[in-house]
Amino acid sequence: MAKIVVDPLTRIEGHLKIEVTVDSGEITDARSAGTTFRGFEILLKGRDPFDAQFLVQRICGVCPTAHAMAAALSLDSAFGIADKIPDNGRILRNLIQGANYIQSHILHFYHLAALDYVDVTKVAEYQGKDANLNSIKDFITRATNSNNMSMLSPFYPRYEGDYRLTDDANIVATRHYVEALNMRRLAHEMATLFCGKMPHNVAIVPGGVTEGPTIDKIANFMWKLEELRKFVNDVYLPDVIAVAAAYSDYFAIGKGCGTLYSTGVFDLDTKETNLDKRNRLLKQGLTSASNFVYNPIDSKKVSEDVKNSWYKSPSGLHPSNGQTTPEREKAGGYTWAKAPRYDGKVCEVGPLARMAITYSYGDTVVKQMVDNTLAYFNATPAALFSVMGRHAARALEAKFVADKMVEWLLALKPGEPCCAEWETPNEAEGMGAWEAPRGSIAHWIKIGNKRIANYQCVPPTSWNGSPRDDKGNPGPIEQALIGTRIKDEHNPFEIGRIVRSFDP
Amino acid sequence: MELNRRDFLRLSAISTVSVGLMYLRITEFAKDGSPVYAATSDTTEIPIIWLATGSCTGCTISLLNSLSPTIRNILIDEVVPSKHLSMRFHSTIMASEGELALEELKKTALNKGNYILVVEGAISTKDHGIYCEVGEIEGKGITGLEQTVSLGKDAMLVLAAGTCASYGGIPSAAPNTGGYTSVTKVFADAGIKTPVVNVPGCPPHPDWFVGTAATVLISGIEAVKLDPYGRPLAFYGKRIHEICPRNGSFQLGQFSKKFSDPYCMYQLGCKGPVTYADCPIRLWNSGNSWCVGANSLCIGCVEPGFPDIMSPLMKKAEGWEVDPLALPKPEKEDTGISPALAAGLGAIAGAAVTGAGVAISRQISTKPKTDEKSQKE
Repeated sequence: MAKIVVDPLTRIEGHLKIEVTVDSGEITDARSAGTTFRGFEILLKGRDPFDAQFLVQRICGVCPTAHAMAAALSLDSAFGIADKIPDNGRILRNLIQGANYIQSHILHFYHLAALDYVDVTKVAEYQGKDANLNSIKDFITRATNSNNMSMLSPFYPRYEGDYRLTDDANIVATRHYVEALNMRRLAHEMATLFCGKMPHNVAIVPGGVTEGPTIDKIANFMWKLEELRKFVNDVYLPDVIAVAAAYSDYFAIGKGCGTLYSTGVFDLDTKETNLDKRNRLLKQGLTSASNFVYNPIDSKKVSEDVKNSWYKSPSGLHPSNGQTTPEREKAGGYTWAKAPRYDGKVCEVGPLARMAITYSYGDTVVKQMVDNTLAYFNATPAALFSVMGRHAARALEAKFVADKMVEWLLALKPGEPCCAEWETPNEAEGMGAWEAPRGSIAHWIKIGNKRIANYQCVPPTSWNGSPRDDKGNPGPIEQALIGTRIKDEHNPFEIGRIVRSFDP
Repeated sequence: MELNRRDFLRLSAISTVSVGLMYLRITEFAKDGSPVYAATSDTTEIPIIWLATGSCTGCTISLLNSLSPTIRNILIDEVVPSKHLSMRFHSTIMASEGELALEELKKTALNKGNYILVVEGAISTKDHGIYCEVGEIEGKGITGLEQTVSLGKDAMLVLAAGTCASYGGIPSAAPNTGGYTSVTKVFADAGIKTPVVNVPGCPPHPDWFVGTAATVLISGIEAVKLDPYGRPLAFYGKRIHEICPRNGSFQLGQFSKKFSDPYCMYQLGCKGPVTYADCPIRLWNSGNSWCVGANSLCIGCVEPGFPDIMSPLMKKAEGWEVDPLALPKPEKEDTGISPALAAGLGAIAGAAVTGAGVAISRQISTKPKTDEKSQKE
């Protein structure tokens, strides 16, 4: 029996430690641990509720928009204006969030995940005239001539022995890695047109957004979006398919817990004040890898266990009454992440969950995209619940959302309101559920004396990266690791590939 | 070729002649007529260790948004002629992980005085910094505090990327459960003399970071003129309110009453009058917009004491009645803040969270005078 510790688990947001036990080449136990505590839920108390969406964005610099949305939705509901958001405000929120979905998914595949599969050093063999590739070739040659491989950082050192693309495919993928850097920047520029700056926007506020649409900005947004859609269709999707074909065994690796949960994202109208039932593009719901049956959700059934987390506050609380009292030396604790559960169940969240739930709900476009992809690989739906299934679902979702954004953009009405008016109530409660690119996100707020009396966040990596709950059930990433065969304990590619497929 | 500390210090002394020579190389052309800008074998390698502590990764994401140079230029090419930033450790982008990554980090750090340390995030100091662990070495968790101290003492210089590393930022907001603080404070407590340049912002504009790094690489750290808070005057030398395109409506007494109004946002609580940065003229995300441009407010994210001292971020605090016309102009007297404003800031801080920013407002009110020479840079 051997123990492998990967700390830091890199190319993610934040600080994550993965510890696995390997017996006869197979992972028999796994622990996922968040190693940093900044105390947002504590520092929010006592502040003006209107400041929440600005502070919470700083929880995650990759998905700040989703935190802003969860906060704004919780304030919409606390202020009693959830059904009064003007269409411009609703649509602009969707467009700002949509732009960050595209940004985040491209960043995830090319800049966070791809180095697990693509051998950048093969560019040394490149013979063409592409300036980007030649500058990378010079960069590699310089390191090899100096006999100093450290000069190849950040692409080196790395695990060795399992890069399977052809030389040409490695070269093309490297060119796309560079192109994708520009594309994700473009997606942020697109969001900025309506939100001031990225990351950490200033436009998403309770009631809607601060800046209304103008014709010039709509046109500007449209052409940026066109370029991104072209990249998603012509580059991102084909690259995911090429990588998936070369690493097809990863359709059977990293299955996970098999229960999928989504709180839904992209409001199609705001008539419904109960966010569990609001009309959304990607549906709220719960489904299972074994039967694909759609189930509606009730956010009252969410609870957070802390038996194995570094908190001394009570375990099993609903987040509306949640507490966060750190105790780093707590016996049995091994992470700063709490263990959120839905109706007691361990749930995977993220693009795979959203696509599977929207599929099970009966959305014809999503169904067709997923079925076509499965047909291409001659695979059954079970293959979706895997490392490559998650990458494929993420890429398909990027296309699905980007295509919808065109319709939304054309529905904007310059000159009409973009924000509802409100006043801070003395006492109120609110819940804001939404989906970050990497999964379900929900915030619960209590207001007392016009101040934040309690604030609890349940972000995506609390779900996926959660520790064991009070009953001892491992979290989704832990479950996805357990049972995996490690080919080479000195180069345990499998661990990073599985964990990163969740985009923690 | 790697730069050692002596070379580096000498760089500070030499300047225009060598800079001119460096740029000559950019005019060379390859056989197919394309300019030669890629790194060559005479390139000087400047190893970078990018340490993420109590952060959100937003500073890294903002750096990825750099338009010119692009992030590809920064990582692969000579970001300034003859010099290449070699990103030896950066947990968000590097291929390696775990032990393999930490070995490379250790190897880089052994070359004392020859690497630049970038810190992204605030540093937990309470209970020996256990609220932020950044890796495991030989079965023991290593804290951001330990890494900041051990890597910081032997670095040629430290760039504190973002408001968290520069001043503590949001993790240090009251009640500051993890005892988060800035690089400068950690160094002061540990007696570390390595120079620190703060590049605050939540996140910092990529130009601020790249421009600061480029200045250091071309002309040495002496060429970076700093304000009393350790930030480059080149980017943080002007008050937002004074260079704001809505200053005209302020002069005419036109104030926005709600966020969608196109006038001066001061009455709604804009922190432009007490914030130093060039956002209104530089603009964000390749020049597409900025905070007030989106009909929202400047929330003062580049300032020491953010967020407490700026709270409530999105409203004008009761008692904060300042006449921005009466604010001193920085070129005349850089106290930065009038007594009335200092009192106002105290009120803001008091209104935010009990006691939080009072000490900081005092600090700002006694902001020392910047020497005039620096102001002209």
